[in-house]
Amino acid sequence: MSALFVVIGVSLGVAGLFLGAFIWSVKDNQFEDQKGAAMRMLYDETSKEKL
Amino acid sequence: MQAVSEKEMKRQAPKPEREQLYICYHCGAPCVTNKINIDEKLFCCEGCKLVYEIINDNGLCDYYRLQSHPGLSQIKPIRNDKYAYLDDDVIASKLYDFTDGDRTIVTFYIPGVHCTSCLWLLEHLNKLDRNISESRVNFTTKDVTIHFSRRKTSLRAVVELLATIGYEPYISLNDTDKKNPPKYDKRRIYKLGITGFCFGNIMMLSFPEYLAHLGIEAVYVHVFRYMSLLLSLPVFFYGASEFFITAWKGLQQKMLNIDAPIALAIVITFTRSIYEILSNTGSGYLDSMSGIVFFMLAGRIVQERTYRSISFNRDYKSYFPIAVTVVLADGVTETKMLSNLKEKDLVLLRNDEIIPADAIVVGGNALIDYSFVTGESEPVAIKRNEMVYAGGKQTGAQVTIEIIKPVAGSYLTSLWSHYAFSQDKTDNNNKDSSIHLLSKYFTWVLFSLALITGIYWAIHDPSKIMSSVTAMLIVACPCALLLSSTFTNGNLLRIFSNNGLFLRDQTVIEQLGKTDHIVFDKTGTITQSSGHSLMLSGHQWTEEEKNMVFSVVCHSNHPNSKALASWLGSRTKLPIADWVEMPGRGLEAKVGDNRILAGSALFAGVPKGVINEEKATVYVRINDEVTSVHFLPVFRSAIPAIIHQLRRKYSLSLLSGDNDRQKKILEELFEKNSELLFEQSPLDKLHYIQSLQEHGGKVLMIGDGLNDAGALQQSNVGITLADDINNFTPSCDAILDAKKINLLPSVLRLAVASRYIIMLSFAVSIMYNIAGLYFAVQGLLKPMMAAILMPCSTLSIVLITSGVSSLVARSFGLSLRSEE
Repeated sequence: MSALFVVIGVSLGVAGLFLGAFIWSVKDNQFEDQKGAAMRMLYDETSKEKL
Repeated sequence: MQAVSEKEMKRQAPKPEREQLYICYHCGAPCVTNKINIDEKLFCCEGCKLVYEIINDNGLCDYYRLQSHPGLSQIKPIRNDKYAYLDDDVIASKLYDFTDGDRTIVTFYIPGVHCTSCLWLLEHLNKLDRNISESRVNFTTKDVTIHFSRRKTSLRAVVELLATIGYEPYISLNDTDKKNPPKYDKRRIYKLGITGFCFGNIMMLSFPEYLAHLGIEAVYVHVFRYMSLLLSLPVFFYGASEFFITAWKGLQQKMLNIDAPIALAIVITFTRSIYEILSNTGSGYLDSMSGIVFFMLAGRIVQERTYRSISFNRDYKSYFPIAVTVVLADGVTETKMLSNLKEKDLVLLRNDEIIPADAIVVGGNALIDYSFVTGESEPVAIKRNEMVYAGGKQTGAQVTIEIIKPVAGSYLTSLWSHYAFSQDKTDNNNKDSSIHLLSKYFTWVLFSLALITGIYWAIHDPSKIMSSVTAMLIVACPCALLLSSTFTNGNLLRIFSNNGLFLRDQTVIEQLGKTDHIVFDKTGTITQSSGHSLMLSGHQWTEEEKNMVFSVVCHSNHPNSKALASWLGSRTKLPIADWVEMPGRGLEAKVGDNRILAGSALFAGVPKGVINEEKATVYVRINDEVTSVHFLPVFRSAIPAIIHQLRRKYSLSLLSGDNDRQKKILEELFEKNSELLFEQSPLDKLHYIQSLQEHGGKVLMIGDGLNDAGALQQSNVGITLADDINNFTPSCDAILDAKKINLLPSVLRLAVASRYIIMLSFAVSIMYNIAGLYFAVQGLLKPMMAAILMPCSTLSIVLITSGVSSLVARSFGLSLRSEE
């Protein structure tokens, strides 16, 4: 039955990783500008041609 | 407004502009006077064409592909030396975020940022100037952070580059003060994350315990309980810390705020759980405790949504420039920071520049626009050696003024030293809040109930005292009350902002609901900030006379002359002779044999009786016939309807900085029983609000300019009406989008209704409390029951509050979705 302890330990560890990722992303200002990121992902590489 | 749909972006292969004939390729404005044509593209002005050329030459034409007509109108040229003051190292260094002598980081606020193209262009600044290494836009706050090399280029060059491509940064006196802008508080987010993590895991570990009757091995029970205890430590010491802190602060001020009974319940739950676990008598209530802390934190976050692009705490410093041009003794000019400006300094004031401090005009034709200070819409001509006041704007050619008072001691700026500005309105609102009052009674009732339970068990079965008293304090935690108010407020703030009303914080909602008196400002609030309609009385002009008047006034640059000329429309210009303009008085000229005078009553020689009766803005005299020209305000189109609606429920007043010329029309608009006051100084307005409050009034002030700043601050709720919500607004409690002013009555009704919604959800939560108490006083509360009751009550309260408030809002004709 000690398998249960291992499983609980693993699940806590995984959840802890996600918590860490969450704190990291907040600290990294990822939630500061939500609109900007959505626009940036639509840019293509700059085309040099003139209109 | 800019709706960047992806579909639109895809089909924006440049299409022949002939389809949208006469639309400026850069800014999308109709090309009225100018049609500049290059590369088969039309531009409305030289400015727009210039920006296009710069962008095109640098291969950045994606700018026009991402969004059609992304630019801002460049019709108003920027003066060459406007940013000369940035060459001054002392001033420039105040703006830097960081510099090591070469690599420099600076952040500007650019109000013009509005679409994908803006973002794209501003993040490709390095293509325009190699000395800029990086630029990053925060679209939400409209801030641009630029990294550049100070050895190779200068701050002035960077700012001028931004200005030439149409993104002029807004730099004000305020920027030199802050240096640590109010950062969005992340601590609560961390708390929520950590508490959520602990809550979830404690729940999982407690689950076997709920099913204990199925049989569970003892060794697991112990391990699970101790793990829960371990996980509850961060919840208690970190997540719940703010409840302890606010409760303690309240107690220090001899106040029982809502956090006090909550803190008490958390402490008791925690200690009892520790006791049960250590003594091996039970599993405690750690799951319920962490759940409640988690939901309460979530509620507070929902309620405290902030609008980061809007600022509610501006004072005159946000309007004033950083530096002005000072004339030295030998005629040399230099830039001087406003903070170093002293009395007797001579300041050179160019078109559109703000007078930094009270001063005397010493040279040039001063035509000062005081709309900032007084709300009076027409510029005033000031003679030499007369006073001009801080906050006024010079219009026209440059003037020299001599400073006679320090910046902070000027007529307008000294308003901010009034004690009304030293009060913390959020704090006052909280003290005044009915939630606060309720929680006080709640606490006392709770304590007496606990006492009675204790006494009862002391008589009947002393062994049950501890368990029943603690259980009851745990169950009766007013967390439901807190949750109902926070989630209702959060939802209301969202509904309000979708309908164009942005509140500073949730405490304003309740104040808005309590309002019984509404005070309006006139200029810019009930009237449109620009535009007039004209009315004539006295002698009515013939067509021939209209031509004559037009020929005379069309040569003058005075705003009144311009308004009169445009009202007369395009007419034949007749030859005129002896044309003279006397600044501040009027015009005189001859058309043929007719002598025409246009200007003030005195200048036109109007008889006294006529002046008193007419009170017109301009008098025009053709030979002996006098015509009075009235400038009528143009009301915002929704105003008559909303005033009619509001009059039924509220007392109304009007405060105007203007003279009483338009009294008649306004009296018709407001009808009886409304007080209309004219020629009110900013301080008069403040005092008027104060006198209403002394008579028990709860005052809502709606204004728009710096001249209302005092009244907005003094009132219970001060709403600033803004034509563009990103524009600069004085310090206030709420900003209302002028386009949505027709929703004002509905918004006020919703604020009134919010109190009943909170009461309703509170009633529901009381029922849960009573049910819980029923078991608790008998000493029957099992952890499983608590674990079921807690999320049920929380969920139902959240559903009730948000559901009912949304339903009510919809029935009042407010939209629930944001327009974007």
